[in-house]
Amino acid sequence: MGLKVPYVTNYLTEHCGDDAFATLEGYEAKGGYATARKVLRGSTPESVIELMKTSGLQGRGGAGFLTGLKWSFMPKGAEKPKYFCVNADESEPGSFKDRLLLERAPHKMLEGILIGAFAVGAAKTFIYIRGEYAEPAKQVQRAIDAAYAKGYLGKNVLGTGFSHDVVLHRGAGAYICGEETGLLESLEGKKGQPRKKPPFPAEHGAFGMPTTVNNVETFCHVPHILANGAEWFRGIGTEKSPGTTIFGVSGHVARPGLYELPLGTRLDEIVFEHAGGVPGGRKVKGVIPGGMSMPILPAGQLDVPMANEFLRERKTMLGTGGIMVMDETTCMVRASCVISYFFRDESCGQCTQCREGTGWLHKIVTRLERGAGSLDDIALIEDVCSKMEGQTICAFSDAAVWPLQGMLRHFREDFELHVRHQKCPFPESFEL
Amino acid sequence: MVITPELRSRIEAAMRSYPHKRGALLPALHLVHEQAGHVTPETARELAALFDLRPAEVMEVVHFYNMFYDRPQGRHHVYVCTNLPCSLRGARGLLRALEAHLGIEPGETTQDGRITLGHEECLGACAYAPMMRIDGTYHEDLDVEEAKRILDALE
Ligand SMILES: Cc1cc2nc3c(=O)[nH]c(=O)nc-3n(C[C@H](O)[C@H](O)[C@H](O)COP(=O)(O)O)c2cc1C
Ligand code: SF4
Ligand code: FES
Repeated sequence: MGLKVPYVTNYLTEHCGDDAFATLEGYEAKGGYATARKVLRGSTPESVIELMKTSGLQGRGGAGFLTGLKWSFMPKGAEKPKYFCVNADESEPGSFKDRLLLERAPHKMLEGILIGAFAVGAAKTFIYIRGEYAEPAKQVQRAIDAAYAKGYLGKNVLGTGFSHDVVLHRGAGAYICGEETGLLESLEGKKGQPRKKPPFPAEHGAFGMPTTVNNVETFCHVPHILANGAEWFRGIGTEKSPGTTIFGVSGHVARPGLYELPLGTRLDEIVFEHAGGVPGGRKVKGVIPGGMSMPILPAGQLDVPMANEFLRERKTMLGTGGIMVMDETTCMVRASCVISYFFRDESCGQCTQCREGTGWLHKIVTRLERGAGSLDDIALIEDVCSKMEGQTICAFSDAAVWPLQGMLRHFREDFELHVRHQKCPFPESFEL
Repeated sequence: MVITPELRSRIEAAMRSYPHKRGALLPALHLVHEQAGHVTPETARELAALFDLRPAEVMEVVHFYNMFYDRPQGRHHVYVCTNLPCSLRGARGLLRALEAHLGIEPGETTQDGRITLGHEECLGACAYAPMMRIDGTYHEDLDVEEAKRILDALE
């Protein structure tokens, strides 16, 4: 199954089409590990964190937290071992960018890890990869083994006195293990149920030790930033959201796939120019801009730069950059049904609001989809949503609510038509 | 004894990668599944002894994760992704066709023990839909006929 190379590449993905790039020799031939070598030999940890802060890199795992700032939260000194975790759980529906990097650029991720570990003084990195990613896991393990053999990992890396170990850890199929404290629990061999915060991972993380969790793509930006400087990085993207990201476009488009583009690229440009728009001359009805947890935008609102400062004005967010396009045949109640099923299925069940709420939402949306719902049911969805937001251990409950609120904000009419007709009025919609 | 000396030494090697040995529980369960396909009560007891846990604690973990099983499965796991991007591109039709082809419902195993069929949430292949995962391998950009051929070729 050859993984498809992005239609548009930039610094992150530029050699991903070349099989050799996944090998250590191939990566070195393109200048790989030169930056880590320079940093470990000639920089101080403080200067790396300072540069990362100046670069303004926002984490690419969904929440967009500033990476340099997160690294600076790690305690200084070496009383306790400190850890790094790579979040390679990638299970946000609509997201498939990390898989490409894991499979085609594993050494770039390892170089980013090495630089970051040096900066925060981490002794070990755990790469938490979703269990279904068996092929990417093989590539990553191969890369780790090669890096050890060449002295990039292990004791006394490149004779610098810095030591670092990397352990690949496979998950086993649970969306909630992508939430960073669910990930930590799972890493410790437990059910992946998120932890109450505080304490935050920088204080009490994996196995009780100070830990930083970052996404795969986040780590892949690091060598480029260290090599070219913060100014260079800030020159790409928008003022507040620098750099590129890898957008994944799926659904009703002519060219579904990956596109590495600067943050701030307009959504309509990505959907129509890059991905070729909807095939068959049909029109777009709505687009989910950042993975399934993010609220949908209707066709009239696609003229928005893909960066959080602009998307927030339209009550949605960049998330993981997973763009799902739905054409005019799509029944939004049916889409809501699929969405609410997912969240009901994946709730870890610790918080009553989330466990019960996701069940209720799915039940009500299903009833409406079948034409057996009432106008009160639509109000009930809103009521249940309002009780589930912002009151739970983790952000999963919010993520379950946002997409449905977006659906009601922009496609309330679809729901009302189901009540009025007592059946689905969109005969050409995708099958359920 | 389910956990052979060889398996046991692999589990012990995994334990050395973690500050606490319990970190190796998921790796150990993956190894058990590779070898035996599911976790029996006896396996759970043996794992519990290795990890200083109670068997119920091991089973709790088994039940939490979709890729671990407490009962026998087909020789191959065939999972069609039915999340939204895949559904938009015909995943439900594909799943129905495979149900009819195999004569089983999602969650069931063919009588010859060859295939367990199911549907799964997003597998990170949304642009290459519809798709299915067979054990550790992804099959993407499928049409029904091709998917049937792939199933027919499974041992
Ligand atoms: C329900 C839920 C699922 C998540 N899934 C993922 C995921 O699969 N991959 C990921 O990198 N981050 C995921 N996150 C975000 C992580 O909690 C965390 O913010 C991120 O890994 C931090 O990395 P970053 O700062 O580099 O973005 C998820 C968050 C929530 C609430
Ligand atoms: S919000 Fe939901 S997923 Fe998160 S901890 Fe509570 S029950 Fe679990
Ligand atoms: S929705 Fe099927 S792989 Fe993402």
